[in-house]
Amino acid sequence: MKRLLSIAALCLAARLGAQTILIRNATVLTVSKGSLKGSVLVRDGKIAEVGEQIQAPAGTDVIDARGGFVMPGIIDCHTHIAVDGNVNESSVSVSSMVNIKDVIDPEDINIYRAVAGGVTTANVLHGSSNAVGGQTVVVKLRWGRSAGEMIFAGATPGLKFALGENPKRSGSPVGNAAARYPATRMGIEDTIRDAFIEAKAYKAEWDAYNAAVSNGEHRMPPRKDLKLESLKEVLEGKRYVHAHSYRADEILMLLRVADEYGFKIRTLQHALEGYKVAKEIAAHGAGVSTFSDWWSYKVEAFDAIPFNAAILQNKGVLVSLHSDDAELMRHLNTEAAKVMKYGGLSETDALAMITLNPAKQLGIDNRVGSIEPGKDADLVIYDKHPLSNYAKVQKVLIDGTIYFDRDTEVNAQPLRAAEKQKLLDKEKTPK
Amino acid sequence: MRPLTVFAIFSAAVWAGDTDTFLLRNVDVYAVVNASIKDGAILVVDGKIAEIGSKIVPSKGLRIIDGKGLRAYPGMIDSGTELGLAEVSDVRATVDTAELGVFMPQLRALVAVNAESEHFPVARANGITSVLTFPSSNGNARPGGERQIISGQAALIHMDGWTWEELAVNRSAALHLIFPSLPANQASGYAEAKRVYDRELQQIDDFFDQARRYRIAKVGGAPGFKTDLKMEAMLPVLEGKLPVAISAAREQAIRDAIQFAGRQQVRMVLLHPREWGKTAPELKARNIPVILGPTLDLPLNEDDAYDSSFTLPAEAFRAGLKIAFGTFDNEFVRNLPYNAATAVAYGLPYEEALKAVTINAAEIWGVRDQIGSIEKGKLADLMLTTGDPLETQTEVRMLFIKGKQVDLTNRHTRLYQKYLNRP
Repeated sequence: MKRLLSIAALCLAARLGAQTILIRNATVLTVSKGSLKGSVLVRDGKIAEVGEQIQAPAGTDVIDARGGFVMPGIIDCHTHIAVDGNVNESSVSVSSMVNIKDVIDPEDINIYRAVAGGVTTANVLHGSSNAVGGQTVVVKLRWGRSAGEMIFAGATPGLKFALGENPKRSGSPVGNAAARYPATRMGIEDTIRDAFIEAKAYKAEWDAYNAAVSNGEHRMPPRKDLKLESLKEVLEGKRYVHAHSYRADEILMLLRVADEYGFKIRTLQHALEGYKVAKEIAAHGAGVSTFSDWWSYKVEAFDAIPFNAAILQNKGVLVSLHSDDAELMRHLNTEAAKVMKYGGLSETDALAMITLNPAKQLGIDNRVGSIEPGKDADLVIYDKHPLSNYAKVQKVLIDGTIYFDRDTEVNAQPLRAAEKQKLLDKEKTPK
Repeated sequence: MRPLTVFAIFSAAVWAGDTDTFLLRNVDVYAVVNASIKDGAILVVDGKIAEIGSKIVPSKGLRIIDGKGLRAYPGMIDSGTELGLAEVSDVRATVDTAELGVFMPQLRALVAVNAESEHFPVARANGITSVLTFPSSNGNARPGGERQIISGQAALIHMDGWTWEELAVNRSAALHLIFPSLPANQASGYAEAKRVYDRELQQIDDFFDQARRYRIAKVGGAPGFKTDLKMEAMLPVLEGKLPVAISAAREQAIRDAIQFAGRQQVRMVLLHPREWGKTAPELKARNIPVILGPTLDLPLNEDDAYDSSFTLPAEAFRAGLKIAFGTFDNEFVRNLPYNAATAVAYGLPYEEALKAVTINAAEIWGVRDQIGSIEKGKLADLMLTTGDPLETQTEVRMLFIKGKQVDLTNRHTRLYQKYLNRP
């Protein structure tokens, strides 16, 4: 027990202390400015300096990377971990009033597992059961902190859309569930258009009110509508649309609806057939966040190809690789290696797809996504090159604080196992 | 520069001829069982490996394949799939993995294998030359159906052929038994779950006992004896000719499965364990080989170590167990070698990982004399790679199944080419 306590104390000390950290003896994969053999200096949670020779100021904590690799913390543009309960408010076709931010569960063990896989930031999304889904939130995986402390302050919030089989399926109910419109891809277009007609009228009401107020008039404000409020923010460019999509036809449909109503699709999520309409996606300016090689699990994934990311990137689309899965989330680094195998992208392109590109898609690239002075010290240390299947995460820092340390973890494992056994034995002892 | 490499893959995939006799030379030979040969040669005659050496002089007119810059490995074997039985997992009309009925030993996966499945060319493009295809590899029942206990017979099949008959390497490689499980959290309470579990264990013993009585009646020519397909299917199991592949994830199920196999004196292969607990020494003592599921998996329990799935193979190795890998998901068969690689990162010796996707699988499934290594007399199932096959970045440039060069294009490469060329 005493030893357990001391380990806990050690972790806490690592978190609270050490304003200045030097990571030395590493190959630094900056992603934005090539790689170098050298060190990274971290001060007050930010990257202070990157260079071949950095003198550690007095009082600096030194982390020896032992000849390993340092890369920016991985950013997952699509996850559902850390959500308390169901990710779908599927009773209505437009659920833009609900917010994932309200149901962040900081104690979900998958947060720790993802950190141990090098992920430091994630876009936590509502599910895909509605044409217009719920609001989404960007978090930093500060395991051990409260839900509020996990929110990525300043990140632009999002709104989930969903096209194709998932929102349709809700219209073909199983068991006793009542049918719900839409049940076809036609109905999905109609649902989104209808929502934006409402939202535009709502926005016009508010714009008129605000104009009148700024002219010194005294008026009753319009009634606040929480469903339309988030759509209004989309029209104003204050909230990003992250649209779950698979087939080329539905992707094209959404881009045209967005053009018609004057808003932008920030990212197409999955977009497994994105490669078929790459130039249309590029022209709209949407990013794509996709799987590296998932296919065949449903009909709309039957034309999915592992070359999707490479084609899209080569046609000018900003591409990231996401997980949408607590397991896949733990090895996005090796998922990235697949874009080199399938489509011949470069090492830097591959790494950017799990760091800088998702940072840009989420509008947080001024803070994270590459190793540059001034950015948040969200760093992963690997023993081998992170694009190798033999690489293991050694340490993960978020804002300059160590949230995962493999040595500490491995040392603690037998103690935890013993503690569990003790509890089990106690349980088995007759009272 | 990169697009050129891509072009090279496609041109290599063009049929180099339908002959299965050739000399492969200028290639580094990684035989798996014997020492590697730098810049060696492999002579293939009538689809079989006739000679391996550092220099083989070709007879006149022999087809020569230049393997310059490439490595030759035996084709990889995935020991847990449903390939050919399921196309789009979400669409029931395309899924033939789980039949109705609880004890169905007479069902043969092989006869339902669709040789034209799009999954075959996709998987073999990454060096997989044969797979075990299981009725219900994950133990999932047909929607609306009862949970199965014996789902049928698994087949070992090649990844190229015109019909399922041509695909077959071992028509019946194992009987698949889905061991009852006692979940960690029972909604109905432990006592009720344990009662169901014990009853199902008894049913399995009863079924095997029944088969034994059937055999006695048959051999003894009992009056009124009637042929029963279920019982007939059990005879090779009882006679020790056919192993029973038992799916069991948790420690208790594994322990009970070992005891069952001992009690019934059947040859057991353990399928897709998720934890060892204290079972590893017992598995070792009884020489029970193990087919591991994906290393890239979440821990079984919430409070398991974060890397418990990653270290499972290394723990098996340290306990002295014979292991092979299965992906247990058609979608990810092509990623088989990456599961082996992750196991290496977390302690499994590299040589063992390579064996676990080649020779160990061949041995476990009774075809050690035919596939799994580059050895004289074996079928020429070969992959030619640009490097270590367990690394994602490595490319498979040529593939041979029974000495026949196999097309490396597939649905994915075709769509890629088509849309690369979209104006």
